[in-house]
Amino acid sequence: MIDFAFFLEIIPVLLAGLPLTLQLTAASMGIGFLMALLLALAQQGNRRIVVWPIRAFVAVFRGTPLLVQIFLIYYGLGQFRPSLQAIGIWWLFREPYWCAIVALSLNEAAYGSEILRGAIKAVPRGLTEAATASGMSKLLTLRLIVLPLALRQAIPNYSNEIILMVKGTSLASIITLMEVTGIAQGLISQTYRAVEVFVAAGAIYLTLNFTIISALNALEIRLTPYRARA
Amino acid sequence: MTNMHILGLEEGGWGAALLLASGVTLALSVLGFILGAAFGAAAAAGRLSSRGVPAWLAHVYGTVFRGVPDLLTIYLLYYGGSIALTQIGKFFGSAGFVGLPTFATGVLAIGIISGAYQGEVYRGAYQAVDRGQFDACKALGLSRSQSLRLIIVPLLMRHALPGLGNVWQLVLKDSALISVIGLVELMRQAQIGAGSTREPFIFYIAAAALYFVIAAVTASVFRYGEARAWRGMVHA
Repeated sequence: MIDFAFFLEIIPVLLAGLPLTLQLTAASMGIGFLMALLLALAQQGNRRIVVWPIRAFVAVFRGTPLLVQIFLIYYGLGQFRPSLQAIGIWWLFREPYWCAIVALSLNEAAYGSEILRGAIKAVPRGLTEAATASGMSKLLTLRLIVLPLALRQAIPNYSNEIILMVKGTSLASIITLMEVTGIAQGLISQTYRAVEVFVAAGAIYLTLNFTIISALNALEIRLTPYRARA
Repeated sequence: MTNMHILGLEEGGWGAALLLASGVTLALSVLGFILGAAFGAAAAAGRLSSRGVPAWLAHVYGTVFRGVPDLLTIYLLYYGGSIALTQIGKFFGSAGFVGLPTFATGVLAIGIISGAYQGEVYRGAYQAVDRGQFDACKALGLSRSQSLRLIIVPLLMRHALPGLGNVWQLVLKDSALISVIGLVELMRQAQIGAGSTREPFIFYIAAAALYFVIAAVTASVFRYGEARAWRGMVHA
């Protein structure tokens, strides 16, 4: 039996966690994307001394659970408090909020750098050759030719990444951050109505994901008008 | 006690407990993945069916469990199931909270979540099978179940294996989330060790290393399977 009054009661409570979910997603996607771009560009030179450490970083962050990474950063680094205080970055590892953002950003940097590396590789060789032939410098070619095409190419993969990130932020609830999933867990243990709370919280996540996917689809169509017309 | 002794295999070290917990993680993941294969096959059959209701149900299943955080699904199953069980317990006169068995709940949760992903993999693989193979099955007079079992599924697995390898990696990492309902798998064991020795760093590094090794070794199993599935075929 569906109790609408109960839904009306819990939805605002759950929505109070949405700003935190959005903040964690946006901050981690933003920082992670910038790091991913740097990692992908750094690998373009094919220098072993640069490429190998990056490959190792990517393999470690993609090959271990996000929960372990969060615990390692939040609880594990807490053990080195005196050293962290000495170099003045203890504030970053003291707060669960920043620890969650650090862990999610590093995770995203690892996944994103692989997407961007592939997207940069997919830019046709002829285009960069043409840029060189018309006298463009390497930096100018990167800015005007390679990056615009590569970033457009990466949109579908990146929309998957954002969905994974939205879902990933739920793990922040385990280190005490009350985002949507954290509030949902609290509600379940208070009200003993797991199904209703799941439906309400699930609806919030699905709406959020659907909005993100639609926005990125619209962006992709806008950036590839020739394909939309065909 | 130095750091290395903490992880030692001898008396007083946590090495044996961590290895045992890795076994639990592996068992949980394997059983969850197999259950997920059954859910995934049903979901793919639903998505491919021409009838509206099964196709719609399979679509909803895939959308919900791929779109909602896995942690939320785990809470639903564990608390939802335990609350139902507590009600039944009350009816028979027991007082207090009755928890579901955590291992079975973990397997079910991983099965449901990975089934949603596996469904997409199987659907894509089915569609990648050459249409001529279906015609050939008919021409040979094979029944529908015979052609599926003898021809289509073996061919489909070729296309499904890379995707299944990805889902498996996802399952292995998801299994760490089952620690939140109290099952002592690798993640939980590392938490216990970290708590009682106050050396969290070394325990979480050890857990990360063990997950990494399990992921790397099992990935090679999938690579071997893929090479075997494509044996005798020349492909680019």
